[in-house]
Amino acid sequence: MEWRRSYGRAPKMIHLESNFVQFKEELLPKEGNRALLTFPFLHMYWTECCDTEVYKATVKDDLTKWQNVLKAHSSVDWLIVVVENDAKKKNKTNILPRTSIVDKIRNDFCNKQSDRCVVLSDPLKDSSRTQESWNAFLTKLRTLLLMSFTKNLGKFEDDMRTLREKRTEPGWSFCEYFMVQEELAFVFEMLQQFEDALVQYDELDALFSQYVVNFGAGDGANWLTFFCQPVKSWNGLILRKPIDMEKRESIQRREATLLDLRSYLFSRQCTLLLFLQRPWEVAQRALELLHNCVQELKLLEVSVPPGALDCWVFLSCLEVLQRIEGCCDRAQIDSNIAHTVGLWSYATEKLKSLGYLCGLVSEKGPNSEDLNRTVDLLAGLGAERPETANAAQSPYKKLKEALSSVEAFEKHYLDLSHATIEMYTSIGRIRSAKFVGKDLAEFYMRKKSPQKAETYLQGALKNYLAEGWALPITHTRKQLAECQKHLGQMENYLQTSSLLASDCHLTEEERKYFCQEILNFASQQSDSLGHKIVLPMHSFAQLRDLHFDPCNAVVHVGGILSFEITMCSQMPVPVHVEQIAVNVHFSVEKNSYRKTAEWLTKHKTSNGIINFPAETPPFPASQNSLPALELYEMFERSPSDNSLNTTGIICRNVHMLLRRQESSSSLDMPSGIALEEGVHVLKCSDVTLEPGPNRITFRTQAKEPGTYTLRQLCASVGPVWFVLPHIYPIVQYDVYSQEPQLHVTPLTDSLLAGIPQKVKFTVTTGHYTIKNGDSLQLSNAEAMLILCQTENRAVIYSNTRAPAPGGESDMLGTPEPHRKHKDKQKTGHCMVTTDHKVSIDCPWSIYSTVISLTFSVPFQTTHALLSAGTRKYVQVCVQNLSELDFQLSDSNLIDTGDSTDLHLIPLNTQSQQRISSKQSVFFVWELKWTQEPPPSLHCQFSVGFSPTSEERLSVSLKPYTYEFQVENFFTLYNVKAEIFPTSGMEYCRTGSLCSLEVLITRLSDLLEADKDESLTESDEYFSTKLMYEVVDNSSNWAVCGKSCGVISMPVAAQATHRVHMEVMPLFAGYLPLPDVRLFKYLPHHSAHSSQLDADSWIENDSLSVDKHMDDPLDSSSVKSRGSVHSTSSGEHKGLPMPRLQALPAGQVFNASAGMQILVIPSQDDHVLEVSVT
Amino acid sequence: MAVCVAVIAKENYPLYIRSTPTENELKFHYMVHTSLDVVDEKVSAMGKALVDQRELYLGLLYPTEDYKVYGYVTNSKVKFVMVVDSSNTALRDNEIRSMFRKLHNSYTDVMCNPFYNPGDRIQSSRPSTPW
Repeated sequence: MEWRRSYGRAPKMIHLESNFVQFKEELLPKEGNRALLTFPFLHMYWTECCDTEVYKATVKDDLTKWQNVLKAHSSVDWLIVVVENDAKKKNKTNILPRTSIVDKIRNDFCNKQSDRCVVLSDPLKDSSRTQESWNAFLTKLRTLLLMSFTKNLGKFEDDMRTLREKRTEPGWSFCEYFMVQEELAFVFEMLQQFEDALVQYDELDALFSQYVVNFGAGDGANWLTFFCQPVKSWNGLILRKPIDMEKRESIQRREATLLDLRSYLFSRQCTLLLFLQRPWEVAQRALELLHNCVQELKLLEVSVPPGALDCWVFLSCLEVLQRIEGCCDRAQIDSNIAHTVGLWSYATEKLKSLGYLCGLVSEKGPNSEDLNRTVDLLAGLGAERPETANAAQSPYKKLKEALSSVEAFEKHYLDLSHATIEMYTSIGRIRSAKFVGKDLAEFYMRKKSPQKAETYLQGALKNYLAEGWALPITHTRKQLAECQKHLGQMENYLQTSSLLASDCHLTEEERKYFCQEILNFASQQSDSLGHKIVLPMHSFAQLRDLHFDPCNAVVHVGGILSFEITMCSQMPVPVHVEQIAVNVHFSVEKNSYRKTAEWLTKHKTSNGIINFPAETPPFPASQNSLPALELYEMFERSPSDNSLNTTGIICRNVHMLLRRQESSSSLDMPSGIALEEGVHVLKCSDVTLEPGPNRITFRTQAKEPGTYTLRQLCASVGPVWFVLPHIYPIVQYDVYSQEPQLHVTPLTDSLLAGIPQKVKFTVTTGHYTIKNGDSLQLSNAEAMLILCQTENRAVIYSNTRAPAPGGESDMLGTPEPHRKHKDKQKTGHCMVTTDHKVSIDCPWSIYSTVISLTFSVPFQTTHALLSAGTRKYVQVCVQNLSELDFQLSDSNLIDTGDSTDLHLIPLNTQSQQRISSKQSVFFVWELKWTQEPPPSLHCQFSVGFSPTSEERLSVSLKPYTYEFQVENFFTLYNVKAEIFPTSGMEYCRTGSLCSLEVLITRLSDLLEADKDESLTESDEYFSTKLMYEVVDNSSNWAVCGKSCGVISMPVAAQATHRVHMEVMPLFAGYLPLPDVRLFKYLPHHSAHSSQLDADSWIENDSLSVDKHMDDPLDSSSVKSRGSVHSTSSGEHKGLPMPRLQALPAGQVFNASAGMQILVIPSQDDHVLEVSVT
Repeated sequence: MAVCVAVIAKENYPLYIRSTPTENELKFHYMVHTSLDVVDEKVSAMGKALVDQRELYLGLLYPTEDYKVYGYVTNSKVKFVMVVDSSNTALRDNEIRSMFRKLHNSYTDVMCNPFYNPGDRIQSSRPSTPW
């Protein structure tokens, strides 16, 4: 049937069941009756009267009476059914249809509601008419029934609401109201509207909860006191019956306790939820309910015997679980563990607390008091319900059995615990599983079976460690320590103890206790030697820093090295440690360079302090807690030339970062520690480690050269060894062996000859220990003086730390200032160098060390002979090549040839001259002679010099000297050239020929210097052949005709030769005259050459030019001419070749040198080149 | 008033945990730690359902007899867990939500502190005052 409802509620299809009851007046509802289920919704009057007489006589009266009764009860829902029977009708055919009984009844009773009378024709016959009338009747019946139902239900709901609104009135009773609303719920349930039914119960639930809360807030209701009676029965939920009539009646009687009410309410909710196929909600609500009940009982201050609630909760949990299991299949349950596991765990918890309460967990079993309590608890359970009495496994039986004996309790408790752990694990709630496991471990510990407890504790501890929960770690460790102690796992126990002793979350007393445990063990076991217990160090003490002395951690063989470590003791009390040892790994360094003192000094940390990172306390193995990358630049240079080969970035702590994650979780597994047995062990005995930082110093004498790496740190307390397996960052010290070395290096870039300079003597003592009185003996060449300052004898004052390791001393080796003096430097080239060897005898060696020092000469000197007619001058040019400035003084030029008639007159005015770096200074002397001058002159130039930058020196410096020779300095020929413009012209003009007149004059008679093969003698009259040549290098002049010629010159004073030539100026302006050069013309054979006409000979024959070093001849012109003629020189083969020899510079004086002549431009010269700059 | 408040890092170690009855600290540590199971469960279930419009508040994680444990997870997977006394009926869902919001704001303030190293334990400036 479709059911339309008021208040806009959606129409629903419902199934309405109805009972037919014979009418009795007493069944009619009285005012205030709330029973909706037994409510008479529709009243029917059946009659088969077909005789009007009979109707009038009896039926009408009866009907009237019935109607009156109904009216009296204000019931308007009625129906009159008239059954018509054909058989009877036939007998009374005379009755008109108009006045049939039906019409009469309709007339009499249904004055407005004609539909309230239905005719049912021949109900027992099988005809279409019968069928039709039945259908009509049933439809009518349904409609009317539903109408009445709706009306009455609405009225009921209204009544109920009214009742609820009255709840603040003093006499209001929750139980009464409960019954009313439950009636509604029943109706809905009957209509199969479970959702609606559930809503009714939920409303009741919420209402009750609110009252309890209000009560807690001080707003009590009278009726609630009923529920505050002490709990006397705790037999759990009963969910197997749809309606627990027993409890319902007690509520009706207002005798129900809070637990009864809650139990009943929940059982109804559970039933409805199961109808609705929502078993998981049952589980969820059950847990809420149980928690809630416990809270409410507390809030209402209901007195509950100890353990009673535990029993109730335990039974209820199991009841709910069994109920759910009863209506679901295995697969469904398995996939919904998440919903039920809470109940399991709650049950486990409750059973545990019951066990503790009843003394079932203790080792000895329950005592009499416990037993009394158990009996009381069991009494409160009452008798088992009949519906579960035959079941093998009911919650009731379980609890009873569990409380009956220690063994049974253990069995049940373990079953439950294991089931819970398994469930938690299967749905991935590992933490919860571990937590239950810890409870289980506690139980095992109480039962004195620590071996079973250990696995649970370890599992839980691992979990807490991995996630870094400090307090749970501490607590679990404490339990584990006890467990290990019982198990006799001394090593593990001591390790856990050490961890606990250093745990800051424990109280001072607890820490001391665990520390004392270790110390006690150590003192007990000290007799039985040989058995060591190795424990990790980090819980005992932590290495904070290490300080080397000497701080570069480099020591020479035989030297003493000490280092001081700071250990932070984690123990709460001072601990006496018999020995602290550092295991040292020794390796011979392959790279020999690494062993040298310089390298070691440069590459070590300067302060010698190595800090160790604080060990991360129980921090989880997460990305965040990984150590930071330690990145360094890396340069790899080739060993030969120090050029860069590779560069890059390296990560120093790769091994920390790329460690597998799993391995890091097993941080405190003691198995990983292996004691290294090294040959090299540094020890420190009898140390008392106070809590907090302690400084411990280790000393060692270096033996073999190589690198020593500190690997392990062990502290031994009796047989207990605390070991730090790896010292990180790596700590090394180096021992090296080195022969003493002596280096002598100048303080400046290079040594200069002639001035005092400092050189540094570097003594790398190496393994040699310098004693007082040791000295270096220097043996040097005479040319090099060693200047000593007065206060500084050539004695080595060694540094005060003479026996210190070699790395130190090389810098501190006494530098000895020596002054070197260098004299006599002759050759004049670019910074001429000379080497001087010094031989040094060192006290550590029988051999002398020979050291070569290179000195550079700071000056370069050149000389020149200058002439003016017959007067002669000598010029000396001194060039300073060094970087220093010098002061020159006392310049002097002397003739070393002992020619007394020769005088050198200085033209220099200044006695002191400054010569700057890279500059030159010139000195000039005039040569004067009284007699015939010698053909050559030997001179020595000397000048004193001193560096200007330095202060006045105490020593006198030797002057710089320069020796040279001047030859043929006497002027023999005077050459004078003159240019005249063409006759009639005032000036020379470009392009027009001018005449060049060369006048060559011999100035002296035959001299010694003049005698050579060019001289030809005839009749005591000497003549010499000279070749002249006019050359214009600057191309100002064009020489027309012959530019050169050979002349024969008589060797006599004032002999003159005049040559005329034509030249043409090419440019206008003041032009220098073209050069005229003179050469000695040397015939190969004097006999032969005299016959020849020099001019023609030159033109026809190849010319061999004997070119000298500074030949001023224009060689290109000569060469080209020679090459032209060399092609035709075949016929002249074998002919003697004349030679040309330049006259020495001093013998020719060019009188016209430097002269210029004005040339004016020709008038037709249109092109004028002007360059303006 | 919450009896215990915890801020838990993404990696499930506690950044901050404080409870008012200090004598029972350990119990709350265990409780909060265990509640992470449910947080994980809820977060993974949530990840599937609502990615964009994510509700940070996880609701009641689980009730115990005496306490109710509520959870909240930030977008960076930092978890807030709050334990409330079951008898404290004044605290409804809305109050819990607003408490979590306050806590989240405080946490954000801590993260904004340039001297705070993310991942370090959080030090409370008010040592004994719970939220």
